[in-house]
Amino acid sequence: MTDKDQYKVEQEPFYQQQKNEVALYEAAYRNRLPVMVKGPTGCGKSRFVEYMAWKLGKPLITVACNEDMTASDLVGRYLLEANGTRWLDGPLTVAARIGAICYLDEIVEARQDTTVVIHPLTDHRRTLPLDKKGELIHAHPDFQLVISYNPGYQTLMKDLKQSTKQRFTAFDFDYPDAALEAQIVAKETGMDEAVAAKLVKIGGVARGLKGHGLDEGISTRLLVYAATLIKDGVDPTDACRMAMVRPITDDADIRDTLDHAIDATFA
Amino acid sequence: MTETAYQHPLMAAYWKQLDTRFPQVETVFDDLMAEALAVLTRDGIDAYLEAGRIIGKLGRGVEPMLAFMEEWPSTAKAIGEAALPAVMALIQRMQKSPNGSAIEPFLQTLAPVARRLHSQAQLQRYLDLTLDFMARTTGSIHGHHTTFPSPGLPDFLAQAPNLLNQLTLSGLKNWVEYGIRNYGSHPERQKDYFSLQSADSRAVLQRERHGTLLVDVERKLDLYLRGLWRDSDQLVPYSTAFDELRKPIPYYDKLGIRLPDVYDDIGEISGIDRYRTVLAHIVGHRRWSEAQVADNWSPFQRMAVEFFEDCRIDTLLIREYPGLRRLFLALHPKPAENACDPETTSCLRHRMAMLSRALLDPDHGYTDAALNDFVGRFHAVMAPSESERRESSTKEIAALALSYVAKTGLQSDQFARVHFDDTVVDYRDDNRQLWTFIEAGDEEESFDETRKAEPDQEIRSLPPRHYPEWDYRSQTYRPDWVSVYEALHPQGNAADIDRLLAKHDALAKRLKRMLDLLKPQGRVRIRYQEEGSELDLDVAIRSLIDFKGGATPDPRINMSHTTAGRDISVMLLLDLSQSLNETAAGSGQTILELSQEAVSLLAWAIDKIGDPFAIAGFHSNTRHDVRYLHIKGYGEHWGDDAKARLAAMAAGYSTRMGAAMRHAAHYLGARTADKKLMLVLTDGMPSDVDAHDERLLIEDARQAVKELDQQGIFPYCISLDPKADEYVGDIFGRHYTVIDHIERLPERLPQLFMALTK
Repeated sequence: MTDKDQYKVEQEPFYQQQKNEVALYEAAYRNRLPVMVKGPTGCGKSRFVEYMAWKLGKPLITVACNEDMTASDLVGRYLLEANGTRWLDGPLTVAARIGAICYLDEIVEARQDTTVVIHPLTDHRRTLPLDKKGELIHAHPDFQLVISYNPGYQTLMKDLKQSTKQRFTAFDFDYPDAALEAQIVAKETGMDEAVAAKLVKIGGVARGLKGHGLDEGISTRLLVYAATLIKDGVDPTDACRMAMVRPITDDADIRDTLDHAIDATFA
Repeated sequence: MTETAYQHPLMAAYWKQLDTRFPQVETVFDDLMAEALAVLTRDGIDAYLEAGRIIGKLGRGVEPMLAFMEEWPSTAKAIGEAALPAVMALIQRMQKSPNGSAIEPFLQTLAPVARRLHSQAQLQRYLDLTLDFMARTTGSIHGHHTTFPSPGLPDFLAQAPNLLNQLTLSGLKNWVEYGIRNYGSHPERQKDYFSLQSADSRAVLQRERHGTLLVDVERKLDLYLRGLWRDSDQLVPYSTAFDELRKPIPYYDKLGIRLPDVYDDIGEISGIDRYRTVLAHIVGHRRWSEAQVADNWSPFQRMAVEFFEDCRIDTLLIREYPGLRRLFLALHPKPAENACDPETTSCLRHRMAMLSRALLDPDHGYTDAALNDFVGRFHAVMAPSESERRESSTKEIAALALSYVAKTGLQSDQFARVHFDDTVVDYRDDNRQLWTFIEAGDEEESFDETRKAEPDQEIRSLPPRHYPEWDYRSQTYRPDWVSVYEALHPQGNAADIDRLLAKHDALAKRLKRMLDLLKPQGRVRIRYQEEGSELDLDVAIRSLIDFKGGATPDPRINMSHTTAGRDISVMLLLDLSQSLNETAAGSGQTILELSQEAVSLLAWAIDKIGDPFAIAGFHSNTRHDVRYLHIKGYGEHWGDDAKARLAAMAAGYSTRMGAAMRHAAHYLGARTADKKLMLVLTDGMPSDVDAHDERLLIEDARQAVKELDQQGIFPYCISLDPKADEYVGDIFGRHYTVIDHIERLPERLPQLFMALTK
């Protein structure tokens, strides 16, 4: 039997509630409804799931999806051994067996045929057929499936099928409003809140340019990076350029504008 | 000699030395000498008088002499006396050429030119430039004797200070070069060019200017507005180049934000930052200002309200982005406290500018009590306590401004002489949006009046698109040189084309077999598949080795196949010039008819393959009228409409190929295909009636081909001119075919296309 404790979230992750999402999630979990978390990159989706796993005291198994991932990467596969073969459970199967929260991060990155294997787990059946092994797993009563995706950069090729979407309850995450975001940055890094507010202001400038040459604004995660650098003694304008501007754009005009915003904010 | 008797023996000696009888000189001689003596050395005075004497004896009247006598002392002050021999040498050259009349404008503008050039070496370059200009534009009849004066030289010399204001010397050189090259043989146009009357003269000037051009930074400014201020508007440039007296000020109205077309750097503040500062200020007005009814306020009161309100806006802006304070202070003048004398001059502007400085600059250092009192009151209104900050309002601030005017008003404020130095705040707009008037006044312009709608003109065709043309002699583009008018080709009878296709039925059958081979059907292998149609032996063996060695084997040992698509967009550009009407050698048909057949077949073939394609024809009648006729668009089917247009194909005029290719590239470039192919079918070299140099349009077409390459378009030329080898390679490199037997064109053209796209 797999060691259940290794998947436990030991320490309380810092999570700042934005609205009533914690209570809503708890309600969803009580009824074991599958959950989908949407939102732009770096806005706290994964942190939220981690926090909820801690709060509910359940093990959390995270799978980062990518386009080379096959169904067997989720479900499990036979391995060849010197004297035969051995079945190895995939992360989804493990979660279903031990009653963990299975978190499929960036689900749209996975190929569509892969996403279909989660279907039987997400409706009333709560089963996982392992056809290669000839086994039908009934999910543990504590098992719950959570997926996340970023609607920002999905293309025509990368969208969830309606049949997948309609199996989930969903949270729509966005960057928190300025005051709250400043609090988050300050709390996360132990930074002075006035400086954090300035970082948030610059982040807001970039978010205003979304669609005018930027695909995504500056995420809360990058703000935290910048704050971390400043905390370490880096000059604020340098830290902002390094952590907030250079990563998100190669467009010289946008870079100039954001650099100017940094200079204008840190006078 | 005149009967003047100078009292002072030295003055009398000077007068004698000048040796002139012009009474006009005599009347101002005292003043001239006073200035000269203050500026020039002893030797300099001698040289000055000697030069004046020479110029007086040139036989060109008093004007050149007066101009020299007046201008030289300040010229010498700017660049030093040692420049005189060089100036005199140029004057002698002018005198010996037919350009003697240019001496006067040259001397008249010498001092302002010298002030802008700063050094003698720079002036020498200016003199060389003038000499070169003169030599190249002075006309001659028999080749060895110059007879006609240079038409543009006097205008150029008159414009020189204005030009040097905006251009560096090398920019000026480029501007002059362009004018001489293009209008060297056209006196009237040359005059227009060098007196800045003609459009391209201004366009070239604009290109060569120094500073930050609005067009270059427009996107940055748009991003700035959106990003930092959540605002956006049309940015409309106004020209600062041709208004010497009335310096326009930025403003905004319903149609957009008006900004100068260029900003030079001021000190450490770059041009782009100046634009940003202006925009920030304007955005501030849009956010926080309300229009005030101004009927009962005097112009002075309104000015005070404007200054106060501008400061309120700037204060609020600084709150938003503290870094703006640095920019504002760098651009805001800092008037000296005692610069204005209230006894003789109206000092209101000066007082307001000082106050404005003090409101923004905590370290203003002014001691005036009333001023400091109002600075305190202003800050109290904006931020009553440390923690409390208010936006205040235009109305509240206006009340403060009015009491300031009432408190500090002086009788002398009414004086006609107004102190203007250091009172203009460069980044502020003209505040026209701040005022509304209940009754139309007589002293203020009314900006809000709605203009009568101009009668709608019926649009008969699309407006022309302008394209540059490459001038190989200077290696520069002539800006907006060619006007391309596009239109749908007139329609004929579609059945004609069907008849042509029927005529080539046998050929079509042969082509069909080749086409079938071209149709997209290539199979591509995809390896590393966990599930696939076949075992990929290489990978399978590797996996087994891994497994035997104890490592985890890669399970993706299968491969599968998929069919690859064909993604080509084609543009077929037809030369429809007059020469197509000629009968082709070896057949009874004209080249036009043969082209028509060939194009029909090709269109049929491409349609069968299924590639998206467009057909267009072009001809030109000078650079002002290049016609681009759509025969088939990408969105259209190869149906009756397109066939009907092809059937009506007619030939006329000339071949300005570069412009047509640029325009075709505009459409082809917008396609999203992997490969873009532009086929140009032509029967001769590029030429036009207004291009006398036959290399010019060839080089332009070659440049257009380079541009196509950069856009990812593959150009290919099919030439029907047997002598095409002489030039077509220059244009298209190796991408061309010359078809010698024109009667075989209908067969060759589709084959060529297939070979190209196989």
